[in-house]
Amino acid sequence: MSKKSSIEKINPAEVRSVLMAGVGGQGILRASDILCLVMMKSGMDVKKSEVHGMAQRGGCVTSHVRYGSKVYSPIERKGNVDILLAFEKLESLRYLDYLKPDSRIIINELELYPPAVNLGDMTYPGQAIDLVKESFKTVKVVKAHEIARKAGNIRAENTALLGVLSQWLDLEITMWEKIIREVFPKKVIDANLKAFHLGRAA
Amino acid sequence: MKVLMSGNEAIARGAYEWGIRFGVGYPGTPSTEILEEFSKYDGVYAEWAPNEKVALEVGIGAAVAGARALVTMKHVGVNVAADPLFTVSYTGTNGALVIITADDPSLHSSQNEQDNRNYAKFAKIPMLEPADSQEAKEFIKIAFALSEKFDTPVFLRTTTRVSHSKSVVIIEDPLPAEDKTEIRITPSKYVMVPAMARLRRLEVEKRTQALREYAETFGENRMEINSTEVGVITAGMPYNYTKDVFPEFSYLKLGMVHPLPEKLIREFAAKVKKLYVIEELDPFIEEQIRAMGVEVAGKDVFPFTNEFDPGVIETALKGKTPTTVKLPEVAIPPRPPNLCPGSPHRGLFHVLGKLKTFVAGDIGCYTLSFMKPLEGMHSCICMGASVGMAHGMSKALKEKGKGKVVGVIGDGTFLHSGITPLLNMAYNQGEAVIVICDNRTTAMTGMQEHPATGYTLQGAKAKELDIFALAKVLGIDSVRIIDPYDIKNTRDVMREELARPGSSVVISRRSCVLFKRHQTEIRKPLRVDVNKCVGCRNCIGLGCPPIAWRKFADMPADQVIKNAKKQEGNSFIDADLCTGCTICQQVCKVGAIVEVE
Repeated sequence: MSKKSSIEKINPAEVRSVLMAGVGGQGILRASDILCLVMMKSGMDVKKSEVHGMAQRGGCVTSHVRYGSKVYSPIERKGNVDILLAFEKLESLRYLDYLKPDSRIIINELELYPPAVNLGDMTYPGQAIDLVKESFKTVKVVKAHEIARKAGNIRAENTALLGVLSQWLDLEITMWEKIIREVFPKKVIDANLKAFHLGRAA
Repeated sequence: MKVLMSGNEAIARGAYEWGIRFGVGYPGTPSTEILEEFSKYDGVYAEWAPNEKVALEVGIGAAVAGARALVTMKHVGVNVAADPLFTVSYTGTNGALVIITADDPSLHSSQNEQDNRNYAKFAKIPMLEPADSQEAKEFIKIAFALSEKFDTPVFLRTTTRVSHSKSVVIIEDPLPAEDKTEIRITPSKYVMVPAMARLRRLEVEKRTQALREYAETFGENRMEINSTEVGVITAGMPYNYTKDVFPEFSYLKLGMVHPLPEKLIREFAAKVKKLYVIEELDPFIEEQIRAMGVEVAGKDVFPFTNEFDPGVIETALKGKTPTTVKLPEVAIPPRPPNLCPGSPHRGLFHVLGKLKTFVAGDIGCYTLSFMKPLEGMHSCICMGASVGMAHGMSKALKEKGKGKVVGVIGDGTFLHSGITPLLNMAYNQGEAVIVICDNRTTAMTGMQEHPATGYTLQGAKAKELDIFALAKVLGIDSVRIIDPYDIKNTRDVMREELARPGSSVVISRRSCVLFKRHQTEIRKPLRVDVNKCVGCRNCIGLGCPPIAWRKFADMPADQVIKNAKKQEGNSFIDADLCTGCTICQQVCKVGAIVEVE
């Protein structure tokens, strides 16, 4: 099982962080809520931060999640994020200065064109994944959109990505399942659980 | 029980636990969720007021009647509420009054970055400042207790980062809510004519002195003595940032930022060799410490603008740490916020952009139309400014301004502070055309109710204001209603009103596309027929997110279909994002935009 070796034992004395990045409407805030709840129910201190309001209207959205035995700042400093979870390809490039050389990255292979690209003023960096791989050793690329469709709900892209993230975190699978059951409305719980598990196996 | 809460949710919870049952406010990022969450608790009365001044006056009334009232607003909202604020400081109340000011360092969603700690000093009102959600929940209780103990309004200041970050909170059972309301007539306390206000003014000084003494032993002004090399005086979120990077420093963490505890500050300063004040925005604490004659470093080291983060503090004290990651050399297209696909504002601003007028704008989603490619708005100062500014411009320009000046304001913003300037325009025979973008809700902050939506904050059916009749009764000469999804009619009506002498109001009425209440028709998404598209880019000029432009040069040769001589590319529409509003279909001159079958 090669997967097991990549699971990081959580040392609570050390505060660690996940940065989620994507585009307004992709369910990033819900995803970071779920991650925080799993951390909290697993006995850790956790804080998260993002900005609401104007930024949500189709603009970039980020969510910082920091966890450990005692967390002060809800935002991580540049050069110190442990895992980047990019919900969109181009957004994986925007926050690389928050990472350290051994940070690990998950990229959702999805292209959402920003206005400057739609207008024809700029080119979409289609080679984003290759560029990220030049600087980082551990880059996992998934198609969360397809996973979500397979799970029966295209909105479950975010839970699919949490499933992928869960491969790298030492957290009980039952805890993830419990929180997913708690936060989603009844009729979409099954699809989200399925998306999570498909993501975890991806 | 442990739960995960935002600062805003925690304030609402804390107020509820403390037995507070009266809340009023005006929505504004980052404050909005406080009252929304509070309004959901059992036994609570909460309402949206049309603006912050009204909200505060409603809160004052409730508190004079003996209630303990919570009033919420964003930082610039306090400007609107400033008039009653400065005088309620003199009167105090019979119950309790706590005003939340949610500041926005970095201007994430605001027109300025004002530091409202200055209001505390200016209006002589004590101010508490929590650093995370647990503190937010505790401090709101302390704020109410102080308001009762010292007969004063109390400020609780948050910043965007405190309001919107989530952290672990221990929730408790609510205390029973006691009803202490009654009518008490004490004119010497509440009729602020000069003779009586002069006497109350002295009470304010006595109160501030008593609060200064209280601050010296206040438990949330606390010292954490570690290394004696460096001491940091800080409050709110910057405490967390600094603790994160420099756990070895000593701290004086101030829970109350006005008035300051002078003796405690001197005592702390004497314990450390080097003293810093770490505060975002203005040198509010720093200047007062300097005035005490205590040597301190602050804004000479730390930035005076934008919010901090742990990196900002590390860089300021250690010098810049070099990036250890090799960053790819590639142009990353920016992704600014944009009007939604199907936003009714797009049709209106497409028309306005082509009319070559000055558009005095206002605050709401439509403000985004100043950007490329619509470029349909030319000023934005504050809530309500569009109407007064358009009138002032057209008066100053005289003949040169005829048919050239438009003011644009949303429905919520119009009700907030657009009615009085519209009355002024009618009264002083203004000639500007005012467009009210009536999308039937307060969209920008997340669909809050207002007097023209027909519902209250707590969901009761309400009287629905008739904006058309209101404009008429204010004395506007011509009032018209248009549908901004109908481009031709929008253009025709705007041209007619700009050409007409006298005052005009055009109500551009179409519900926000995200607002479910009025979304009854199912519209089919659209697509581009590449056999007809001539690549003129008319549709691209709408800046609608699903519509993209592809250069022939970037396309496989077998996909290139040229329908015009100099054509260099095609438009495409992402059917998953398209809402079928048909605005692009109407601007396409060759009929290349059709429904998806």
